[in-house]
Amino acid sequence: MAWFKREDRKIKIPEGLWIKCNYCREIIYRKEVEKNSMVCPKCRYHFGISIEERIALMLDEGSFKEQDSNIYPFDPLTFRDSLKYKDRLKNYQKSTGYADAFISGEGTINGKPVILGVFNFKFMGGSMGSVVGEKILRATEASFSSRSPLIIVSASGGARMQEGILSLMQMAKTSAAIARLSEAGVPYISILTDPTFGGVTASFAMLGDIIIAEPKALIGFAGPRVVEQTIKQQLPEGFQRAEFLLEHGMIDMIVERKMLKETLAQVIRFFG
Amino acid sequence: MPKELLEFEKPLIEIEERIEKLRSYVQIEDPRIHAEIEKLTKRSQYLLERIYLKLTPWQKTQVARHASRPTTLDYIDILIEDFVELHGDRHFADDPSIVGGIGKFGDRSVVVIGHQKGRGTKGKIYRNFGMPNPEGYRKALRLMQLGTKFKRPILTFIDTPGAYPGIGAEERGQAGAIARNLFEMCRLEVPIIVSVIGEGGSGGALALGVGDRIIMLEHSIYSVISPEGCAAILWGDGTRAPEAADTLKMTAQDLKKLGVIDIIVKEPVGGAHRDPKIAAQSLKETISKALKEIESIPGDKLAVMRYEKFSKMGVYKEDH
Ligand SMILES: [Zn+2]
Repeated sequence: MAWFKREDRKIKIPEGLWIKCNYCREIIYRKEVEKNSMVCPKCRYHFGISIEERIALMLDEGSFKEQDSNIYPFDPLTFRDSLKYKDRLKNYQKSTGYADAFISGEGTINGKPVILGVFNFKFMGGSMGSVVGEKILRATEASFSSRSPLIIVSASGGARMQEGILSLMQMAKTSAAIARLSEAGVPYISILTDPTFGGVTASFAMLGDIIIAEPKALIGFAGPRVVEQTIKQQLPEGFQRAEFLLEHGMIDMIVERKMLKETLAQVIRFFG
Repeated sequence: MPKELLEFEKPLIEIEERIEKLRSYVQIEDPRIHAEIEKLTKRSQYLLERIYLKLTPWQKTQVARHASRPTTLDYIDILIEDFVELHGDRHFADDPSIVGGIGKFGDRSVVVIGHQKGRGTKGKIYRNFGMPNPEGYRKALRLMQLGTKFKRPILTFIDTPGAYPGIGAEERGQAGAIARNLFEMCRLEVPIIVSVIGEGGSGGALALGVGDRIIMLEHSIYSVISPEGCAAILWGDGTRAPEAADTLKMTAQDLKKLGVIDIIVKEPVGGAHRDPKIAAQSLKETISKALKEIESIPGDKLAVMRYEKFSKMGVYKEDH
């Protein structure tokens, strides 16, 4: 399920003045992309952004209060490949400054309280292991007891292989949590960003009352490489892009980053 | 003795051949021949037992995928009386890689659903190697809801390499179909007993796997990714699958230790394919016992207990 080859785990943004678009492959002046909320001016592809940028983009300034930051991963299988999973975790904790691949907390959107969870793709490709699953469960429970809408922004390669079957079970765990929230009549909005795959799409991410995707985001169950190898044909143009999902009826809408907060505010107003 | 011996069963070949040869002489009335056959048969049984006591995870993977391993329909044949197969997701198609229907399990009416692998080239292609499309999962959900409507327990059987990674599957919402099953299964108000009978491949397996009791056959496997896929990602080398199989902790015994499954069912010596009837009988007793434990619990309470069971899964540290 974690189909990303190692070189893909990091978003490929060459350092320096220029940046190559992951979609149209144009080389663009970095400053121009940055002042445009990391959106390609040529094709509207939305680059990955940091957790801090994401929170700033979606919530009222200074309203975010992180919760469950005291949960840390460990290595239940004593998994090792070229590196021990333990050491791999330490490296990612050092490079990202976060304990794992998911941050959650409460905040407001135009004054309305929400519970927000955000994936950090830079932490092991945003893969979902026990910590991510537990934090999603707790965010959902926070939403359940406060009745504030739950918003989860996904960017993930899927389940975290290094935690084996336990990471697979996070799919059931998070889906169960969303089902309970749904029965309580509390809204859940799922936002899919580039890329979202595997065990994340095949659980809570596709279970939103409202599902929103960012333009050109790659979203699917099986990674494009796996599909290509299976069918032994070239994939059709635009396969698994947000526009493809919209066309096939899998998501409610595609929303540009600069319109995201307003759209959320509108949706939340509807739910009261 | 089945023809398809696995690589690690090779020590048996010589003995089996000698038994075979002796059998061609049995018309000669010589008690020594019978005695020798008996001795060799015992020896072969003993060796088989020894081999199967110490199977590595990769060897278990071979057994779990064995071409003659009993499939869902084989178990249904033995466990379920008056089985009526039901087809289709009522939206797009009938997916032959998931079978389901209604029937009698002992004196109870039940809904049965399972992944189905085919036999022989034609059969395998027809069943898509047990890899469902979204229609399969939607059919499964439809049947589970039928069971709930009429308050019948649900038995599921897991045996799939994984959900099918194809263009059509993506177009028709493979991820959403699996997600929907997880969402619904955790709140159905009837008993759900899950049995992993062969290969439990990732999300495509879990989509039938949310239940009150999770049973695994002794030599079945259940994993977040296939050992080949894991090896390809970790080392860029699918042939290192045996190592990946060790690392992933995917055997029934590992999963029991990790608290992910509840019960392991012993298989006949040499694996379920050597005696499907005995394997089915053991499975039947275990499912019966599991059903008896939970069938008097009211449906709404059962759903809450199932939620709690799955919400506890995972291992992490917490500072206070
Ligand atoms: Zn572009």
